Order: sequence, then structure tokens, then C-alpha cells
Amino acid sequence: MTLRSLSDDKPVGVIGAGNFGSVVANLLAQRRKVLLYARDEKVIERIRETHENRGHSMHPNIEPTCDLEAIARECNVLFPIVPSEHFRSMMKQLSPYLHPYHILIHGTKGFDLTLTNGQSIETITRLNRSQVKTMSEVIMEESVVVRVGCLAGPNLSKELAAHQPAATVIASHFNEVITLGKQLLRNDRFQVYGNNDLVGVELAGVLKNIIAIAAGALSGLGYGENAKGLLVSRGMVEMIYLGRALGGNTKAFLGVAGVGDLVTTCNSSLSRNFTIGYRLAQGETLKEILASTDEVAEGINTVRITKKCADYYKVKAPITNTLYQVLFEDLTMKQALRYLMRYPLNVDIDFL
Amino acid sequence: MEVVEKKNKNKKYKPILDGIPDWPVYQLSKNRKEFIEEVALTSVARVKELRPTTKQLIDELQTTVYREQQRMKRNRWRVDPVDEPRFWATIKDDLVGLDAMPPEEAQVKAEEILKRIVSRYASEIAGNFNASSYKVTREIVKFWFSRLLNGARVKKFGAFFRNRYTLRDKIHIVGKVKQLRNLATKGTVIMVPTHFSNLDSILIGWVIHSLGLPAFIYGAGLNLFNIKIFAYFMNSLGAYKVDRRKKNLPYLETLKLYSTLAIQKGAHSLFFPGGTRSRSGMLEKQLKLGLLSSAVEAQRNLYLDASANEEEVRKIFVVPVTLNYHFVLEAPDLIDDYLSVKGQDRYLPEQDKYGSWQLLQFLFKFFTKGSNISVSIGRGLDVMGNYVDDDGNSLDAQGRVIDTRDYFISNEQVTIDKQREDEYTRMLSQKIVSEYHRINRVFASHLVAFVAFEIWQKKHSKLDLFGLLRLPEEDQVIPYEEFREACKRVRKQIYKLKEEGKVYHATHLKGKIDLVIRHGLDNVGIFHLKRPLLMNREGNIITKDFNTLYYYHNRLVGYDLEKFI
Repeated sequence: MTLRSLSDDKPVGVIGAGNFGSVVANLLAQRRKVLLYARDEKVIERIRETHENRGHSMHPNIEPTCDLEAIARECNVLFPIVPSEHFRSMMKQLSPYLHPYHILIHGTKGFDLTLTNGQSIETITRLNRSQVKTMSEVIMEESVVVRVGCLAGPNLSKELAAHQPAATVIASHFNEVITLGKQLLRNDRFQVYGNNDLVGVELAGVLKNIIAIAAGALSGLGYGENAKGLLVSRGMVEMIYLGRALGGNTKAFLGVAGVGDLVTTCNSSLSRNFTIGYRLAQGETLKEILASTDEVAEGINTVRITKKCADYYKVKAPITNTLYQVLFEDLTMKQALRYLMRYPLNVDIDFL
Repeated sequence: MEVVEKKNKNKKYKPILDGIPDWPVYQLSKNRKEFIEEVALTSVARVKELRPTTKQLIDELQTTVYREQQRMKRNRWRVDPVDEPRFWATIKDDLVGLDAMPPEEAQVKAEEILKRIVSRYASEIAGNFNASSYKVTREIVKFWFSRLLNGARVKKFGAFFRNRYTLRDKIHIVGKVKQLRNLATKGTVIMVPTHFSNLDSILIGWVIHSLGLPAFIYGAGLNLFNIKIFAYFMNSLGAYKVDRRKKNLPYLETLKLYSTLAIQKGAHSLFFPGGTRSRSGMLEKQLKLGLLSSAVEAQRNLYLDASANEEEVRKIFVVPVTLNYHFVLEAPDLIDDYLSVKGQDRYLPEQDKYGSWQLLQFLFKFFTKGSNISVSIGRGLDVMGNYVDDDGNSLDAQGRVIDTRDYFISNEQVTIDKQREDEYTRMLSQKIVSEYHRINRVFASHLVAFVAFEIWQKKHSKLDLFGLLRLPEEDQVIPYEEFREACKRVRKQIYKLKEEGKVYHATHLKGKIDLVIRHGLDNVGIFHLKRPLLMNREGNIITKDFNTLYYYHNRLVGYDLEKFI
């Protein structure tokens, strides 16, 4: 099986031509023909004509398309990489064309939220796991596909595009999916690890968005490395508490997708979540920030959803809670920090 | 007082296959010798796959011999064949010196020894279905059951030989009966019932027969074959033998392959996927994956063989079944087991065993008093846990048809991937568990037991389970009014769950709440020496046995009904 997959000439599909989607398409294109789905006709035309998208030059093996049916027909392996708020609707459109032989490996770090009529994210006070889903769960709910995986790790698009060394984790319950993901993505600048705790890895990828905002905030307040060390380690503990309450295992958080991704995002001023935190600390409000950017920062919704889950499952999550107050209530970053520094919880590690 | 179930549910079904010779299980036993040989050969191949080097294989054989000799020394049963010690002694002798031989020679020798071992196992396991003794058994059971029913109920001379009542009045079969009968003609059915009582296998045997289905094969503990009369019944019903003492690799593989190959050959099968009787009285939450995986494997093999021959594939259907009782004979023992494992030294069980005399008493009471049993047949599933329609097509959540074969495909071909199939088995088992909860039928007795226990729990929320079970007698009273209101609230929620398709309830749960409570109290644990729930002279609710009350209460755990108390 292994050898055949390598020589297999079926194209691989990437759904979503955003920043990360483009980078993944480029990685895949080194080995296979890639069909890249974009909703927007203009994007497709641009890629066709200029071989450029969002500042990345696109590999000639990549063919853009807006036909979901064709992409499902041509490819057995698909990488859906679309923002979490559109993920379910994309799956609903794609689902009629999918079969159980399809393999889906997603690269979206966010939660899906299902609310029944009358409820909204603003008004609802508590959320539990029947309402909050990871992307792999959305895939399984919306389609017949069971061989699902996810891609998570310290993967800043710009660095990957520049062929700097990096690693990622492919998580799946199926070794078959992990092996395949490795074959498709691995190259001498890109290391790929496998993990069987799918939900744990997904959660690690999602929850780190919260800490990334906090890291941006520390930087915006002008603090240095001690503060960051404090945040990364306490943030890690908080992620593990939350992650376990939501169905992951501790181990996933200690790997590339957990601590690896966390350190990267907390140190990188490139990430969107970091930028949000930075600007908040500089005194801008959330509204002002959102008005000036068109990119989606998953972290904002993640804070909102996670805070409500933490309330439901009674998890102590001081960082998430104070960030929530800064984002959606009228706490300032400075007050938030003061509060956190006085927080009476001083056991270092109590989860191993 | 007895609330009668809908009569039309109890009609008689014609057999789907006319003569016993058409039954897959009969075919299997007719070609018994060839089948055993096939099982043995496949097992050899499987063990070789798992122990690829000569050294590993020899080690495995030595372990097997050692364990078998230990078993014979420590724990010999009446059913064990007399030539057993001699057989293993010979094997042991043959293994001597194998290590010293050149590898090629040793491998040949080791394989030959392995073949002898698994052949022996395979013929040990193999069932001995016998058409004439099946018929005899069937008639005996039918005759005596109806004598008991009629003789005991109608107090008049001559009633003994009347046929006014049949088992169908006592045991209600509800759910997807028509679909089950359809699926049994279109493919191979694997029935997976919940397991609460030792009587389950007899009950299921009767259900299968009365639905007009051919006999199912099922694995029965070898210990049951120690008793001659049981052995006779078991053999006649197509049972194969499972020896739980043998845990060595060749045995386990042979056992699993026996089941897999029988399914592949189209023999309808019966597993109790919970493994043993539910100790706590809860619906099974964790299933044994070993036997379930043989369903997945058999289906994959059928697709694999068919892709070579381009022929129509016989599909495998998994049908969950729940058995619903007012009363479980072994309840006090089971719950004792459960509590002593869970509580360790915090719980000291009382010794109170049930023998065969109690069993007979129970049977007599069961037939004479108004305690009914219902059997709910669930919707058929494919081996991936997708629902199937009456024609056996797998459907997705949107009702589109899925080709089950696609699940086994990598790069356009059906492939064998052990790890993938383990995962599929896990998914199937989760689906079966959720189906159990969905098709479970709530009886009035479950309702009253649940409500009473939860009220006590709520009143003493500081106590843990074991503290609660030792509650002083003066606290063990619930005022009737309070009890009644709580029952009403919980029943309302059960109605709501039924609307949402999350559970079923018996028809007798409807109507005036006082009557329902009465029905529940009259029936809950009806034949226990100490009744779990009673009404005292003042008309309030009391218990005589908190442990069994807890057991019957557990039936409704997992529906989030606690908050309605």
C-alpha cells in the first residue's frame, strides 16, 4: 500500500485558498498534482494567470477550481482549510459528493458552534460539548467520511513559504491517515509526526489561540521575556485543564501541536491572534481592530466559546476569563494583568 | 391489575426458510469436517502472521503448552476430554530440541505442531447442530411452557391441556421485526442483545424461533456444557463452545476465526457484546470488541473475495436487541458483585445464593403471575453502524445510500488494515450502545425504582453510594404525595425523550399515574425474598432491600432524568 500511494497519480485536493491553505497546497504540490478550491472566481483567475495568491507564489502543479463536485470526484484525499465559522456550511455543500473511501485532513484551528433558534453567542451563558464541536467532529457529523485527520503544529505560513525548517502533527485515529499525511507532506525542511489523539491535538491547536492573544498583550504592554515565560507555562497548564474537560488527553498538549505551537505563536508577531492582543494592549478596542482587518483571527471566537465552556464544566481558567472581560466587557489589559498577578493559585503542576 | 399490551404485536410469524436443510447453520454442521479444517488452516496462517519469526513461534507454542498444563493441573472440568493430558504431553515432547534445529527445519516442524493444536481447538469449539434434536427441544419447550401457562392460570380441571395462553402473551416482541425478517433473507444477521440474566439465551432462542428465523449460532461458555441437560439443549441450538480458561494466542485466534468464517458462510449469529451479565443493572456502556471485530472482518473478507470474482456480496447486518424485565432473578447477587468490586472494603456482601430449586420456583411464579417481559428489536445496522433500510441498503444521516464496501477501500482497492478495522469496531460498539439506550423500553417498575432511589439520594446528598445503601430504616420512607409528583415529572420527561426518539416505553406506562405506580410497585423485583420497593400501611413508599432497588434504578441511568426529581 505504502509504495503504491507514493506513485499514485490521483491529485490531492485543498479546500480553501486562504493563507495556510495556499501554503499547504504548495507543500503538497511538490509531490502531486493539487486541486485548490476557492469560492471566489477572482482568486481562481488570479492564481491561473499570475501564479500568485496572498503573497505566495503558487507551484505550477496547483490547479485552482471552484467545483466542489469535481474536486471530490478527482481526489481521494482532501485537505479542508477554511475558517471555522464557514467550515460546517462548506461541509454541507461538499457532503453529497463524498464517499466513505475519502480521507479528509483538515487544518482549521477553531471551534464550531451549533445554537438552536433564539440563542446567540452573545446571549448564551454556558456552552457544553453537545454545542461546541471540533472540525473533525463536524466532518463526521456532516458526511459519511470516517477517515479523518487534522494538521496542527507551529506552522507560520510565512516561514513555511520561505522553506524554513518546521514540523507538524497529523492526528488521526487511523494509522493509515497518518502514514498518508506523512508521505504527502514530508520533505527535508518539513518534519511530520503522528498522533492518535485526534481531539486532543485539535484542542491544543484551538486553545493555544487564547494564549497567543495574551502573549500579544504582554508584548503590547512592553513587557519582556520573564513575563512571556510565565505566560507560556501557566497558559500551558490552563490549556491542559480545558483540554481535558473537553475530551482530550494531557499528552497531546506536550507535543509539537501543543507546546511546540504555543511557543511559536507566543513569540511571533506575525500571527493574527498575537496582533489582536498587541493592539488591545495599546489601548484600541476590539471594534476598532476588527474594522481595520479583513483576516479572521480565530482567537476571538475561541475565547468567547471557551470561557462559556469553562463555566459549564467548572474549569479554572483565569487567563481565558480575564481575556474575555477585556474583549467583550470593559476591563483594560492593565487591569487584567493586575488581576492575574494576584490570582491565588500557586501550585505549579498538578496534572501529571 | 394488569395493563394489556397491544395485541397485534403478538402475532405468529411464518418461518422465512421452509425446511431446516436450507438453514445456514445446518449447512455448516453438515460440512462440519471441512469447516473445521478451514478454520484450522486459517488460524495457522493468522498465528504465523502474528509471530513471524521461527523463534517467536516456538516461544508461543511453549507458552501455550505451559498454560494448558497448568490449566489441567489446577482446573479440570467434567467436559474436558480424557485424552487431554496425553495430547499435551506429546506436544511438549515434540517441542523439545526444536530450538537447537536449523531454522528452516524448525519452522516446518513448529508449523506442523501449531496445526495439530489449532485443529484440536477448532473441533473443540465447533458446534454440533442437529436438526432432529433441535425439533425435539423446540417441542419440549413449547409443550411445557404452554402447560405451565394454561395449567397455572386457569384454575379448573382440564385447563392443563388447553392452549388458551401461549408464550406470546407473556413475552412481547416489539420493534423492527419485519425488517429483521427481511434482512435475514437478504444477508447475514448478527444479533447483539443486552445481557442481564442467565435466562437471556433461552429467551432469545425462543424469540428467534417465534419470529420464524432459522437457528442462530452463538458462543456459549464451556462451563454450561458441564451440565448434561444443558449440553443437549445448547448443541441442538447451534451453540459453539467458548472456553474462558484458555487465554493463549492460538486458542483466541481460532475462536475468533471460527466466528468470522461462520459469519462469512452466512450463518446468522448471536453475540452478547457486553461479555457478561450487567452487574450493576445499567445498560451496557462498554462492549467486548473481540467478537464484534469478527463481524467487521467477515464483511471485509466478503468484499475482498468478491472483488476477485465480481459477484454479489452478502451483507452483514448488526441488529441490537434489548431485553426488558420487571424482575431479574440474579439481581441481588449481581449487584453484590458490582458493589463489592466498586466499594472494596467499604462494602460487605451478604451470602445468599440461588440454586436450581429457586430457578424452578421462579419459572413457576413467572408463568403464574402477571409479570411480563418485552424484547425490543432495534433497527438493523451495517458493520459500520449505519442504519440500513428494509432492502439492506446502508443509509447516511441524510438518507442517501452508502456503499459499505467504500469503507474498506484504499487507493481504489479493498485492503486489509487491522488498525483501521479495530477503529471501525470501536465505532460500531459505540453505535450499538447508543442504540441500546434508544430502543430500551421503560417499564413502570423501572420508573418507580428510579424515582424512589433518586429521591433518597437527593435527600441525603452528602452521603456517597455506600453511605446511602446503609441508610437507617427510619429514614427509608417517602411520603406518597412527594413520590407521586416526582414520578409524574420523570414520566413526562420520558414521554418527551420518546418524542425525540431517544427511548421507548411500555404501553402500561400511560394512563393514571396512581395505577402506573401501583403496577410498578407490584412488579419491581417481584419474586425477591426482600422486595426492593413497597407501600406501607400508611400508603407511603418504603424499601426492604436498598441494594436491589439500586440495581433496578440503574436501568434508567444515562438519560439525564435525575434533574427531574
